[in-house]
Amino acid sequence: MERFAELLDRLVLTPSRNGKLTLLVDYFRAVPDPDRGFALAALTGGLDFPAVKPAMLRTLVTERMDPVLFAYSYDYVGDLAETVSLVWPHRPRREGGPAPTLSDIVQELATASRSDAPARMAGLLDRLEVPGRFAAIKLATGGLRIGVSARLAKQALAAFGNVEVTEIEELWHGLHAPYMELFAWLEGRAAKPESAAKALFRPVMLSHPVAEGDLEKLDPADYSAEWKWDGIRVQVTCESGISRLYSRTGDDISGAFPDLMEEMRFEGVLDGELLVGDPTEQTRTFGDLQQRLNRKTVSKRMMTDYPVFVRCYDLLQIGDRDTRSLPFAERRKLLEEFVGRLPPERFDLSPILEFEDWKTLEEMRRNPPHPVVEGVMIKRRDSTYVPGRPKGPWFKWKRDPHVIDAVLMYAQRGHGKRSSFYSDYTFGVWSGDPEEPELVPVGKAYFGFTDEELRQIDKFVRDNTIDRFGPVRAVRADRNQGLVIEVAFEGINRSTRHKSGVAMRFPRISRLRWDKPTVEADRIETLFDLLGD
Amino acid sequence: MNARDLLHPRPEGLYCPPGDFYIDPVRPVGRALITHGHADHARAGNRAVLATRETLDIMAIRYGEDFAGTAQAARLGETITINGVRVTFHPAGHVLGSAQISVEANGLRIVASGDYKRQPDPTCAGFETVPCDVFITEATFGLPVFVHPPSTEEIERLLKSVAQFPERSHIVGAYALGKAQRVITLLRQAGYEKPIFIHGALARLCGYYESRGINLGPLEPATVEGPGRESYAGEIVIGPPSAFVDRWSRRFPDPIACFASGWMRIRQRAKQRGVELPLIISDHADWTELTDTVRQTGAREVWVTHGREEALVRWCEIEGIAARPLHLVGYEDEGD
Repeated sequence: MERFAELLDRLVLTPSRNGKLTLLVDYFRAVPDPDRGFALAALTGGLDFPAVKPAMLRTLVTERMDPVLFAYSYDYVGDLAETVSLVWPHRPRREGGPAPTLSDIVQELATASRSDAPARMAGLLDRLEVPGRFAAIKLATGGLRIGVSARLAKQALAAFGNVEVTEIEELWHGLHAPYMELFAWLEGRAAKPESAAKALFRPVMLSHPVAEGDLEKLDPADYSAEWKWDGIRVQVTCESGISRLYSRTGDDISGAFPDLMEEMRFEGVLDGELLVGDPTEQTRTFGDLQQRLNRKTVSKRMMTDYPVFVRCYDLLQIGDRDTRSLPFAERRKLLEEFVGRLPPERFDLSPILEFEDWKTLEEMRRNPPHPVVEGVMIKRRDSTYVPGRPKGPWFKWKRDPHVIDAVLMYAQRGHGKRSSFYSDYTFGVWSGDPEEPELVPVGKAYFGFTDEELRQIDKFVRDNTIDRFGPVRAVRADRNQGLVIEVAFEGINRSTRHKSGVAMRFPRISRLRWDKPTVEADRIETLFDLLGD
Repeated sequence: MNARDLLHPRPEGLYCPPGDFYIDPVRPVGRALITHGHADHARAGNRAVLATRETLDIMAIRYGEDFAGTAQAARLGETITINGVRVTFHPAGHVLGSAQISVEANGLRIVASGDYKRQPDPTCAGFETVPCDVFITEATFGLPVFVHPPSTEEIERLLKSVAQFPERSHIVGAYALGKAQRVITLLRQAGYEKPIFIHGALARLCGYYESRGINLGPLEPATVEGPGRESYAGEIVIGPPSAFVDRWSRRFPDPIACFASGWMRIRQRAKQRGVELPLIISDHADWTELTDTVRQTGAREVWVTHGREEALVRWCEIEGIAARPLHLVGYEDEGD
């Protein structure tokens, strides 16, 4: 358990992706089965112990120490799991037997009932040290929140076994904790696991962005084009009566979309965009779709107000027949027939765009007919469906980003290589009375600039600090002085979390406007106009 | 004699009326008794100073030879009488030269702990329990959440990380007096023999520790003039905590920020400071050490100073020991 606890502690504080990968790979290398498999399950959200609740921990700890001292402690630390792990009365290990392993803990918690869960949890905490107690509590109450996605864990597995991450994704849903056969394969001790499980995820095919000069070399006649819809990529899988909805990285998101699942009564695998609306009437914004994302449960009301549908653009399987090795044009024909038989309020076809040359397509890309279009997709007619991101067959050609001029308001120190630089910037635009405008923060950006520009902004921040809050500095920003930055972003949503009422998608700094007076920065109304509703 | 007549707080610091002296005054006074060399306890400008040899030397290094009108060295365990008040310095285990001060008159003994710890520290004399009537304790880490692990385990974590990320440098934030030298010594005891790179602010105090017989092994200045940029990869660099924010840290390749402090027990603290590898190494007593020490002194009354007083006062009440917070101003609650 100690090694798992140490891994969690390091992951929480390691900001860099490569650093996290190193920690994960080293852990998989150093820790034997079945512990590493349970750790993998914990990291990928595959463990659930409904019998343990946070309130129970509070009761357990106040039975063991003065409630006033506990209250002072909790007040100071602010996190229940951490407080309990720290104040839990220490008992020498030999009293409670040897320290439990991660597998022991999983076993103990998985078999606990509502009534004996408190005693079991207390027994475990008695036998662990501080880091182990923290890890056990986080494990038991769910939600590790350590900044590691299931995707990153799978990438670490791929690096550990020197295989493609798509291979792991394809196998993933047929495997179960503690993943012994997976590790055996990754270590070269056994063949790749074969799964008899149905409705598994098929790794998706991805595209490259169109770069300068790319298209000139290509013959438009070889390519087919479609709108690029601003939803989320999904894979709809129905096999032998089992249905699953997967995200593009293979996370099973079926639970959040019962309205769609109900209509998934066919045998086949579709690739498409999940959107909100009724395709026969209207396609709604990404902001509306967000209402439905990242939810464990969904209310009736939510399903009525924000119904989802899939705009299909590829077909990977019909019945028993794997169609991925067919050329795109043939798959498309099969797709058209297939979707024609599905309920029209839940499934429709992504239309094919007619164009003669790249210039025509460029025109269409620049002037999309619909606000939920974020560009065009270009696919080679003879391309087979291959997992990953092959160079050549598929391109995405995005609409140009929106830009606004904003004023730098706060700067925060970065991490790792940037730990001595103020590199995370909160910027604002003008709002309120035009005579007496005020800056209101509208977003945060931490990339888009060169190293040289970073040094310049850092110097500006240090020279113009007016207040400090821990690692954050407030900088001079008023009508007479301040730094104007041009911010590029992909779109804008309504947000109740931000004071301004809007949140930008994918904001980054596109230019530093040292030349521009702050009064000439944009006003909040410019952003409201982009909401598209 | 009432304990408050022997020692009580004044704006200048803790004052002893019959002896006419102050302990760790925050403003210049006639006669000052100083527990240790940290800047919030040892200040310049007093007319007469009584402290251990090491504390006097450290004050001279920090403030110049003329840091006080006159300076007298107190030997540990030796009693000095000042205006009829018997004063004895005892080791506090905090940093080199640190002492508790026992003040005794008319059969009443008060011990002012200064800052102290009980964990073994190879760079200074270990804490000595002094039985007393009133114990004045610090409470920097006066909450049950603070239980410091053995410092040797923390050093092992640092060395493991150095092995795990050989392409990066590890910058350890550590206070220039005490913590830095302790971390270096712990590294040496763990078998780390390579040169350790130190920030300029540490150089004189490290030199002084060496002159007092504490072997710190090969140290090299972490300066641009030194070895080339790449050569810091895989190295350990030690600097004062403020140096993280400083442009100084930019010369190191993709550094891992480490911080040696008792505060690193709390994850959010580490996160806020951008620390990637927190090392829970403290020069102050943790909760267990504080409560054990209070018990061991046998004091019937406890006065609690700088830190989180309320929890320790509450604990004393539960234990049936009279306790009150002693509101002294001018000391750092956060230093470690």
